[in-house]
Amino acid sequence: MPQHLSYLKETTSQTAGPYVHIGLAPKAAGFEIYQKELGENIAGSKAEGEQIRVEGYIIDGTGTTLKDALIEVWQANAEGIYAHSEGGGEVEDGFRGWGRVITNFKTGKWGFNTIKPGSTLARNSGMQAPHINLWLVARGINIGLNTRIYFDDEVRANSIDPVLNLIEWENRRHTLMAKRSTDNDIPIYRFDIRLQGKDETVFFDV
Amino acid sequence: MKQDAEYYQRDPNIHPVACTPSYKSSITRSPRFSLISLENSISEITGPVFSHSDIDPGDNDLLTNFAQSNESPIGQRIILHGHVLDENSRTIPNTLIEIWQANACGRYRHKNDTYLAPIDPNFGGCGRALTDGDGYFYFRTVMPGAYPWQNYVNSWRPAHIHVSVFGASFVQRLITQCYFEGDPLIPICPIVQTIPNPNAIEQLTARLDLNATIPFDAIAYKFDIILRGRRSTLFENRF
Ligand SMILES: [Fe+3]
Repeated sequence: MPQHLSYLKETTSQTAGPYVHIGLAPKAAGFEIYQKELGENIAGSKAEGEQIRVEGYIIDGTGTTLKDALIEVWQANAEGIYAHSEGGGEVEDGFRGWGRVITNFKTGKWGFNTIKPGSTLARNSGMQAPHINLWLVARGINIGLNTRIYFDDEVRANSIDPVLNLIEWENRRHTLMAKRSTDNDIPIYRFDIRLQGKDETVFFDV
Repeated sequence: MKQDAEYYQRDPNIHPVACTPSYKSSITRSPRFSLISLENSISEITGPVFSHSDIDPGDNDLLTNFAQSNESPIGQRIILHGHVLDENSRTIPNTLIEIWQANACGRYRHKNDTYLAPIDPNFGGCGRALTDGDGYFYFRTVMPGAYPWQNYVNSWRPAHIHVSVFGASFVQRLITQCYFEGDPLIPICPIVQTIPNPNAIEQLTARLDLNATIPFDAIAYKFDIILRGRRSTLFENRF
């Protein structure tokens, strides 16, 4: 008798819809319900490393900014360690490396403060350049979009990063580069996400 | 030695594609280029960890978590419960589930919802819970109402609860919607119909579960959530 494969099938994704904030960031939806909202502080107060801010817009195929999106970020600490049992070691107290960021309802601008992550181990050997993993959901997005923020001042590390180098179209790699400016208290990295059209951001099937 | 390795790839035959024209807002918000497939690195197999210090015990009770004391929201009282498993049938303990929904009239408590149905003063519409050691979770809430939305002029969403779940790694992260058995709006909903596979739609449809009903109090629906499974390898793990 033939063997049957009895794997279950993953639950299908559905759009987060326009009211995702009620579930994941109720204060933004307009009400207070929880003692503690999750994802407000990414690095914690004891994080070591360079303080930075990342900000930008999400732009649709017509050139309009999204005003109802939610982004989750996931990053390593300055030593390149993730706060997870398989993250490569111990992180400082209070460092989670995860956060939630929403676009402003009027302008569409989003931004967050964190510390700049270090290089992390690559899959086989070598290192991945410092990067922040993003997961983007919104009305009109049927399944969360994964992308990565790299830093334009990490020229050497970026040049040998295995994921950047996997992108066959070299002229698309720049869509993952956040641009540093330092005319503020802390360095600001600008990172716009283009869902389609000219300079469409590279998204990953992870 | 057997070790955990990569997660199984997502099956494109059960997930909606990015651009689904009958769900109009997907047209301008969907990438035109294909996704670039990545093999898992440490950035993908890790993910945020939550504990009981992040949430409060009553957060999973939508009948009380926003209500005035001694009052409760209007609507049919339901229990939504189930297990979180992976594709290998392994239970996923201690994972965070967050839900949100419209009230019994189909109105959301959200700045941007202008539907004429009333807000319920005793209903917030969100809840959260960690699965227990067996991957089990439950919420108490009210049956959400159907509501109209801007797509075609006469588009109505079936009753649904939005569900967000983390799993143990960032690649298991999932947002979906839970529908309810027997709802005639399910087969004609443009958002449900973004799903290419009828079995996958079935899997999003919670079943009436009389065994879990609390007599004279609340009727139960069962909704199991399956996250991506993980390969194991007989060789040394080399992430
Ligand atoms: Fe909804």
